[in-house]
Amino acid sequence: MSDDVLVLGVGMHPWGKWGRSFVSYGVHAARAALADAGIDWSDVDLVVGGETVRNGYAGYVAGATFAQALGWSGARVATSYAACATGAQALDTARARIRAGMSDVALVVGADTTPKGFLAPNAGERYDDPDWLRFRLLGMTNPAYFALYARRRMALHGATPEDFARVKVKNARHGLANPNARYRKEVTVEEVLASPVVADPLHLLDICATSDGGAAVVLASPAAARRLGSGPGDRPVRLRAVSTVTPTFPNTVIEMPNFATDSSAAVAPPERTFRDSIAHAAYEEAGLGPEDMSLAEVYDLSTALELDWYENIGLCKPGEAERLVRDGDTTIGGRIPVNPSGGLACFGEAVPAQALAQVCEVVWQLRGQAEGRQVEGARAGITANQGLFGHGSSVILSL
Amino acid sequence: MADSTTPAMAPAIDGWFTTGDEPALIGTRCRACGSVFFPREEAFCRNPRCAGTELEETTLSRRGRVWSYTDARYQPPPPYVPRTDPYEPFAIAAVELEEEGIVVLGQVADGYGVDDLAVGVPVELVVEPLDDTSSIWRWKPVAAAGEEAR
Repeated sequence: MSDDVLVLGVGMHPWGKWGRSFVSYGVHAARAALADAGIDWSDVDLVVGGETVRNGYAGYVAGATFAQALGWSGARVATSYAACATGAQALDTARARIRAGMSDVALVVGADTTPKGFLAPNAGERYDDPDWLRFRLLGMTNPAYFALYARRRMALHGATPEDFARVKVKNARHGLANPNARYRKEVTVEEVLASPVVADPLHLLDICATSDGGAAVVLASPAAARRLGSGPGDRPVRLRAVSTVTPTFPNTVIEMPNFATDSSAAVAPPERTFRDSIAHAAYEEAGLGPEDMSLAEVYDLSTALELDWYENIGLCKPGEAERLVRDGDTTIGGRIPVNPSGGLACFGEAVPAQALAQVCEVVWQLRGQAEGRQVEGARAGITANQGLFGHGSSVILSL
Repeated sequence: MADSTTPAMAPAIDGWFTTGDEPALIGTRCRACGSVFFPREEAFCRNPRCAGTELEETTLSRRGRVWSYTDARYQPPPPYVPRTDPYEPFAIAAVELEEEGIVVLGQVADGYGVDDLAVGVPVELVVEPLDDTSSIWRWKPVAAAGEEAR
């Protein structure tokens, strides 16, 4: 427990479609996190940037880009790419150096500027790039994958389009008072069902948008936090686990951007699916279980996917997620609120910042600072996400 | 591909599927452990407990059952090339091949939409035009004995 790395500060640039460089969002978030920690930029000895492939060379070397923009200070630097899990992988890099005694205070930053509409692959003739090929040969967008999971859920567990819409209604309500959320408007089940179908059975309002945004987290060793006399005070938030596990062969769930699953002809499928294994590893590392969690921030790329996550992070057994959302268990005030921030439904996705945004929300909730969306008495929270190329993450924080 | 029954329509990608009357996807199978790979894995077996380096070409089952399905109501971004102007939606299926223990994506054959599909229904591989000059594999619903393909 004394080895736990502490969260000194968190900060964000509001999500939206601002049309500026990702660097400005990252610096805004970084300065907010430093101010929240009550420390100076010069106190930071390590910067880890979340990489964004969409923003050219500066995005590929995000750690150095942010370090230069904040003013060269001689800090060590690293850059992470892990698709949707990028922010968590960056956090893990910073945590590892702190726990190894090679860093005292680390700043982790992720930010993105996204195009309008579908996320598209890099340009050119890229016949050896599966992310390019899936569009060229199949016209296979990200929402099409989300829709395959949604339809499968309907066939296996009796989910209905109304159940999916209930997730959107809940998250829209949660995000109403969140100053960093892009969409702050209540919606009804009827409005979700009346929005155009993008990929059957998912409607436009079932699918998250792409957004600009930035998020940052300041981590420190307990000794450095005492020396700086800053931040957590009498309610320190502790980073209990960061899971960035890869799948186990054979991964029998079709995943972006693949054309096929692994084959189970020679080897039986693993005990846990990839998504199950992401949270399982985090619980093991933290020495905590689903019953210890006060809230969860999960990756609702689609409304239906949020229901899958209820089961993947152990909030209920397979097939029971629909009951949780119908009964209000995952609404603020319910048994285990999910996405009190409003989730991707209210934010849209800014890929390299999103896993950090999840962490920011859990920190605010644990400190009792989530005004207008506070989960009363929150003591521990879990984040979970998954993206392209076998990347996924789960972070557990507690008081 | 050596198969040249439709010379005007070259496969949109080399070595992924055969053409002709009974087209099939082409994968590889590890000689050591029997794991199957699609798209083809050439150099090393990806089973973490297998050191196999000899992977032989194999054609995959032409029939499978729908694992899940959807459609694309809006035109996907490039490099997708729309076949019609204005754009016409198409359906997509993820199909489970029992013998290979694998689920493979594909567009659904021309003339079939999501209303013709259900999880578990049998489908068969066909090859159809992807654009004016190239062909692609697709999944086509088939009526099994004693049941109608919806």
